[in-house]
Amino acid sequence: MLKIENLHASIEDKSILKGLSLEVKAGEVHAIMGPNGAGKSTLANIIAGKEEYEVTAGNIELDGEDIGELAPEERAHNGVFLSFQYPVEIPGVSVTNFIKTAINETRKAKGLEDMPAKDMLKMIREKSELLEIDRKFLSRSLNEGFSGGEKKRNEIFQMAMLAPKLAILDETDSGLDIDALRIVANGVNKLKSKDNAVIVITHYQRLLDYIVPDFVHVLHDGKIVKSGDASLALELEAKGYDWIKQELV
Amino acid sequence: MELKDKLVSSYVAFENRVETDSEVHEIRSRALQNFEALGFPTKKLEAWKYTSLNAVLKQDYSLFPNKENNIQLADVKKYFIHDIDAYKLVFIDGKYSSFLSETTHDTFDVCLMSSALVKPKYKAVIENYFDKIATKDNLTSLNTAFASEGAYIHIPKNVEVEKPIQIINFTTGSEAATLLQPRNLIVVEQNAHVQIIERNQSLTSNPVLTNSVTEVFAAKDATVDIYKIQNDAENASLVDNSYIEQKSKSIVSVHTFSFGGNITRNNLNFFQRGEHIDSILKGITIIEGKQHVDHHTLVHHIAPNCESHQDYKGIFDERATGVFNGKVIVEKEAQKTNAYQKNNNVLVSDKATINAKPQLEIFADDVKCSHGCTIGQLDEEALFYMQQRGIPKKEGKALLMYAFANTVLESVKIPEVKQRITQLIAKKLGVDIGFDL
Ligand SMILES: Nc1ncnc2c1ncn2[C@@H]1O[C@H](COP(=O)(O)OP(=O)(O)O)[C@@H](O)[C@H]1O
Ligand SMILES: [Mg+2]
Repeated sequence: MLKIENLHASIEDKSILKGLSLEVKAGEVHAIMGPNGAGKSTLANIIAGKEEYEVTAGNIELDGEDIGELAPEERAHNGVFLSFQYPVEIPGVSVTNFIKTAINETRKAKGLEDMPAKDMLKMIREKSELLEIDRKFLSRSLNEGFSGGEKKRNEIFQMAMLAPKLAILDETDSGLDIDALRIVANGVNKLKSKDNAVIVITHYQRLLDYIVPDFVHVLHDGKIVKSGDASLALELEAKGYDWIKQELV
Repeated sequence: MELKDKLVSSYVAFENRVETDSEVHEIRSRALQNFEALGFPTKKLEAWKYTSLNAVLKQDYSLFPNKENNIQLADVKKYFIHDIDAYKLVFIDGKYSSFLSETTHDTFDVCLMSSALVKPKYKAVIENYFDKIATKDNLTSLNTAFASEGAYIHIPKNVEVEKPIQIINFTTGSEAATLLQPRNLIVVEQNAHVQIIERNQSLTSNPVLTNSVTEVFAAKDATVDIYKIQNDAENASLVDNSYIEQKSKSIVSVHTFSFGGNITRNNLNFFQRGEHIDSILKGITIIEGKQHVDHHTLVHHIAPNCESHQDYKGIFDERATGVFNGKVIVEKEAQKTNAYQKNNNVLVSDKATINAKPQLEIFADDVKCSHGCTIGQLDEEALFYMQQRGIPKKEGKALLMYAFANTVLESVKIPEVKQRITQLIAKKLGVDIGFDL
């Protein structure tokens, strides 16, 4: 589904990704772990098409097609979803209206009519129940004044609404207490199927107890330096990242 | 000939043409002298520092178009808020159009200034209110000197006008360049209610300059809501001089939607003569190209325990320029005043400019006065976030701008007006989204 080869990227002449390769197949869950500043969010943003990064080498394919030239919204229309590490506040736009607009713009891009209001409401009800989101919450301005946990839960709510092909969760676990973590993980697991894939970016093993990865990769200094199965996450948790760094010397 | 000379020398002929009561004649003559002495405003005046009328005044305006020009309802229907039942006062090239209008004399008067100025029936009201609060400045004096036509609205005590009144001035472009000077008088007696929608619309690309004066009197417990829709043709300029006097416990709101035209200058003045008054001044400006919108507001707090709320939002793209000058005067007697002023602006292009200046003159000590002015850009992070969810950049921008301006729309009481403004904003921003936030 997703194939990244030898990706090099920089911002303001600072090189961040230095030859990263990753392949994610449909039905798989990949975890990317690594110390702060390793380039995890950069990778997520580049897959989503953020323009301020300059890709200097390598390419990104989605379902065999190079998506390097596509605008962020086109990638979204093709099924890429990024749960932001820091979701942005949008004052004056309610959660409900935002997600309605997102869904209808996506449909428009595919030549479909707007989703009938009744279906939309029904889906909003279902998905907000799945994530145990209060009705009142949906009429608030998007992310404005939300706690860290509320923001993350809202990201997964949007993911549930949009049903992406490839979901990238960037530190969705940070800021969540254990109950919220369980709810969010449950939401993600409900959406998993043999046709879609998830990339979980995290610092901690904790989330991986709930969303069990097929592969774990360690990102360090702009490259994937080690890959393994779920047990690698446990090993990292036990030994810390210094262990990887030392191994590299 | 310069426009000023042309105007002054046409005055005698004008006075001979209109029937007049001697008192109104006096007022006009004095106003003409005043204008003769002051001339048109120049950038040397502090109040006109950022707005130049020079280019606009160079046109060879036809002052009193003679022809009766007719227009088809079908051609102009779109400029009315047509999905509501309303009284209408429609003027074409400054002349009343009975065909397009719908007036009334039932329990209140929605009719013409031209009759009010001459008919004995209206004499008392004219004597009490005409030109009583309008400032004697240059452009207001010019309007007063030639005051002859416009809307005359008189709502007696305890009358609640059940449908809004639309006042529309069309210009047909039958003259190469047209100068219009509508003069409106709105008197709302004790505990009466009225809603007014104003619009000036040029139907061609010929230059138009409208210099309008509106005086509004809101007696005790009266409620007046005024909506000004300024979305005129590229060559149409407007100076809107509005003067509002409020008595105790009255509530007056003015919403100004400035979406287009050449130069638009709003001089909006509130005088609070009584206690427990609420004055609401709100505006949304969305312009691009070389358009210019200038809001000069004044709220004069004269008596204690009153409030004023100002909320102006501006979005400026390309080379558009904006001015906001919000003056609040709180007299020594006006204790417990609560005056609040907010002016937020977004510059979409780095060539656009806004000059914003709050001016607070506070002489009372026990008051709550606040003002805040911001100038920012669209949030790029928010745009990326929206794009990531499938909302294209243009739609995302529109959504951000609409959300930004929405605090002003929230207080619009007529749903059809709100809907129309929303549609105008969507059209202006070139998007087809609903914005039901
Ligand atoms: N917009 C940016 N401008 C400048 N430097 C950036 C920007 N985004 C990321 N970086 C730098 O790139 C490196 C990787 O950051 P990031 O991808 O956020 O790391 P991670 O998510 O793994 O903690 C860091 O050194 C960070 O400072
Ligand atoms: Mg990060």
